[in-house]
Amino acid sequence: MMPFPFVSAIIFVPFFAALLILVMPQERKAEIKVIAAVAAFISLVLALWVFIAYDRAAGGYQFEEQMAWLPAIGSSYHVGVSGMSAPLLLLGGLLLFSAVLISWNIEDRTREFFAFLLLIGVGVFGSFAMLDIFMLLLFYELVLFPIYLLIAYWGWKPLRTYGAMKLTLYLFGGSMLSLIGVLMIYFASGQHSFDMLVLQQVAFTPEFQRAWFLPTFVGFAVLASIWPLYAWSPDGYAAAPTGVSILHAGVLKNVGAFTAFRVGVLLLPEGARFWMPYLAFFMAAGLIYAAFIALIRTDMKYIIGFASVSHMGIVLLGFASLNAIGWSGAVLQMFAHGMIAALSFAIVGMVYDRAHTRELTELGGMAKPLSWAAIGFIVASFASMGMPGFLGFIAEVQVFMGLWQAAALAPWYPYIAIVSVLGIIGTAAYMLRFVRYVFFGEMKAHGTIAPISALDKVVIALLSLILIAGGLFPTTVTTLVKAGVSSALTLLGGA
Amino acid sequence: MEQEIFQLSYLQAIVPELLLLVVGLLLLGVDLVLPEARKRELSVWAAVGFAIVALASPLAYLGEPQFVFGGMIGSEPLNAIFAFIFAMAAFLVALLSRDDERLEPSGVYYALIAFAVIGMDLMVAATDFIMLYLALELTGLSLYLLSAYDRRSRFSVEAGMKYFFYGSVASAVMLYGITFIAGLTGQTLYLGVRYLFASAVMPAWFGMGVLVLILAGVGFKVAMVPLHTWAPDVYEGAPTPVTAFLSVTSKAAGVMALMRLLVWIWGSLPSHAEMTSLIAALAIVTITLGNLFALRQKSFKRLLAYSSITQAGYVLVGVTALSPMGLTAVGFYLAIYAVTNIAAFTVLVLVSNRSGSDWLRDFVGLQQRSPALALALLVALLSLGGVPPFAGFVGKILLFAAALKSGFVWLVGAALANVLISLYYYLNAVRMAYTRAEEPVEPLSIPVASRWVLVIATAGIILGTVLAYPLYHLLERAAMVWF
Repeated sequence: MMPFPFVSAIIFVPFFAALLILVMPQERKAEIKVIAAVAAFISLVLALWVFIAYDRAAGGYQFEEQMAWLPAIGSSYHVGVSGMSAPLLLLGGLLLFSAVLISWNIEDRTREFFAFLLLIGVGVFGSFAMLDIFMLLLFYELVLFPIYLLIAYWGWKPLRTYGAMKLTLYLFGGSMLSLIGVLMIYFASGQHSFDMLVLQQVAFTPEFQRAWFLPTFVGFAVLASIWPLYAWSPDGYAAAPTGVSILHAGVLKNVGAFTAFRVGVLLLPEGARFWMPYLAFFMAAGLIYAAFIALIRTDMKYIIGFASVSHMGIVLLGFASLNAIGWSGAVLQMFAHGMIAALSFAIVGMVYDRAHTRELTELGGMAKPLSWAAIGFIVASFASMGMPGFLGFIAEVQVFMGLWQAAALAPWYPYIAIVSVLGIIGTAAYMLRFVRYVFFGEMKAHGTIAPISALDKVVIALLSLILIAGGLFPTTVTTLVKAGVSSALTLLGGA
Repeated sequence: MEQEIFQLSYLQAIVPELLLLVVGLLLLGVDLVLPEARKRELSVWAAVGFAIVALASPLAYLGEPQFVFGGMIGSEPLNAIFAFIFAMAAFLVALLSRDDERLEPSGVYYALIAFAVIGMDLMVAATDFIMLYLALELTGLSLYLLSAYDRRSRFSVEAGMKYFFYGSVASAVMLYGITFIAGLTGQTLYLGVRYLFASAVMPAWFGMGVLVLILAGVGFKVAMVPLHTWAPDVYEGAPTPVTAFLSVTSKAAGVMALMRLLVWIWGSLPSHAEMTSLIAALAIVTITLGNLFALRQKSFKRLLAYSSITQAGYVLVGVTALSPMGLTAVGFYLAIYAVTNIAAFTVLVLVSNRSGSDWLRDFVGLQQRSPALALALLVALLSLGGVPPFAGFVGKILLFAAALKSGFVWLVGAALANVLISLYYYLNAVRMAYTRAEEPVEPLSIPVASRWVLVIATAGIILGTVLAYPLYHLLERAAMVWF
């Protein structure tokens, strides 16, 4: 008997739900929302099951499924989950579900909104699970048009046209760059296959790897907002509706980082060894620069947008260390950053909906009427500044240890680690500044502040609890990630 | 290489063309007896006729590749596939013509479409320069008349005139090129010329010179820069269904004729690096110029005109590869492009039926007026832009992969940069359709015929991705015949 196709179900349940929603009559808004929530919930439960049932001792790729698609060029529908992608699938499930709940009060063109939102989920799950690069690119770019439409139609009016176009063109440009790299890898391999498991076995010449690592990696890393190609991110997020910001900052950036890692680093390890020491400067620059920009901006959404650029700097640095502990830290940081970014954007959205301003100076005293939001945001701040007891702590420590140990690769890695800690100090500063201006001090908003709805509370509780639980019981995630990292590391010659 | 001029069995190789002739003549006849009030019914007759032709088109392949009629045309799977594509395009356009309220199609109109399809079928199938020229002229003359069909519109008449003058000069230049070949080789059969080229009897500069002359005629059909100048005005002035038809079919026929010339004849030159570089350069200039002009358009019809110049440029990228993979990718892309562009033009026809113009701003509020139409526009434009999950994405990757395989890294890089630029105007048009109108809007219903066109076309765009393999496999086997 064929085993139940868990991974395909995770990917395609939201897809068919989106199709179903699109053919429903526009007026049945309640049903549409319920269908979207149920579909997202099913994906979440299945992703949780994959996360739990993944055999940590066996490692490698599990839950594999393969189906012929275009055999003439060696491309197939091939999915599988590794120890590194299992937590990311779970993250995707959590945030898709959260994004649907957060968007519950969307009344304008509800049908299209939720259909597009679910399509983003499809692209995200597909990109994490796909083992065939052609298919991976298909799912990777699948998210672009729903994102564009969601920002351009439901976004913040003054900025939405500009922000949506800027974001889309940046990301599409990045994937075009990578596409050339991917095709070059395909032809140079001589394997007539787009399957990553096949391509991983190919030893490309060092010259080839050095020439093509950079476009391949950087093209995907644009979606992970690598400095200086991050400019789409703060503008895009400021323009986007809350649900989209959550998904984009929380998981899509991780899709970028993870794909850059899988295609760039794992297929072209020699290229990675050559270029990563230099790219590390850009990553560290992004980490520090964005943290200090976040410190001077006064628009809530921009602050969180720059914070997410800064956090992705940590993720990329973890990958740049090219060793087990750094990679493990990178995956944990992706997971933690996803939660933190989602929680922060959700709360910013809640505050903005009630205060009708995003300026720090015009806000204050929100802790009293919005105590849930205040608590949730404080949890997010502690996690993001790497406070012990939260998931972010373990992630950041591992990344910096990884960098420290990478000195053999390039002598300046330990210094990068030291300087990057400056960015963490910046994080503490801008998060605390945010908390002080928004939640404490004198109340400046006029009129009555509506209480936080039950669904919003579910989202805050869900994300906060996972951030705390991940910090208290880190082994649930770390053993899994370790299994994934060690099998990935064999590709680099067991370094 | 003696070849019989005529055998009865050869007739099977031109079954689609014979059927088209019958359809055309029948439509002309019915037109005479049908009362004026029932003229719109003709579109159904025409559509049925074209559907029959499409279904019969596999017959054109005699089971194994061979020459017929003294080597004038070939009978091979690729010709049958394109006969099918052209007949399907004619079928969709016939249905669409019924719903264009600014057009009053008579039997002549549909008969001209049938004759144009005959010409295009033969352009693809031609393996002789004289045949190629005749096919080109038959296609051209039918399309000139179709472009000028709307006699009440000055723009339509202007379009027909422009198209006619440009086209005549272009084909005269091509004929001039053919005279060189015929005069110096004593041959007009492709294979005979190929033999003389390959044996290096002809100097290379001669080959290149003649190619440039012949490119004038074929490149005109493709609307390749610098022979594109007619396209925007003709596309804008011609009745919209005609524009849809000629932007799809005559381009495809031109590309296939060009590719056959390059693969069969010029590819056999001992050194053909300059030739492929020339095509590559023309491809990238075509893509870029089309794009840059499309960026500035306020009329959706004109935007599509420039965009289809760009699209033809992408196909030329695949042509440059001169490989089985390139030919397969070109065939794949042209098939997908046909349904995609027709879908986009169908939306335009329905919108301008109400607004009476082709402005992009008429699309504001389309989503409120008809969500299905807005969705169809989104699918079509994003497929043109190469965004997954639509088939344009798969087609573009196949084209670019073929060119990369043949070593054109710079060309693919430049083409990809252009894909990015084109996304800007496609997304802008989609955004218009989904933007809320300020004033209240009246709902827009989709007439039955157009509904079928949209269903078939969007199904093609989506199935092109899901079922990419059968289509690719079919084309790949057909492409192998050439190499």
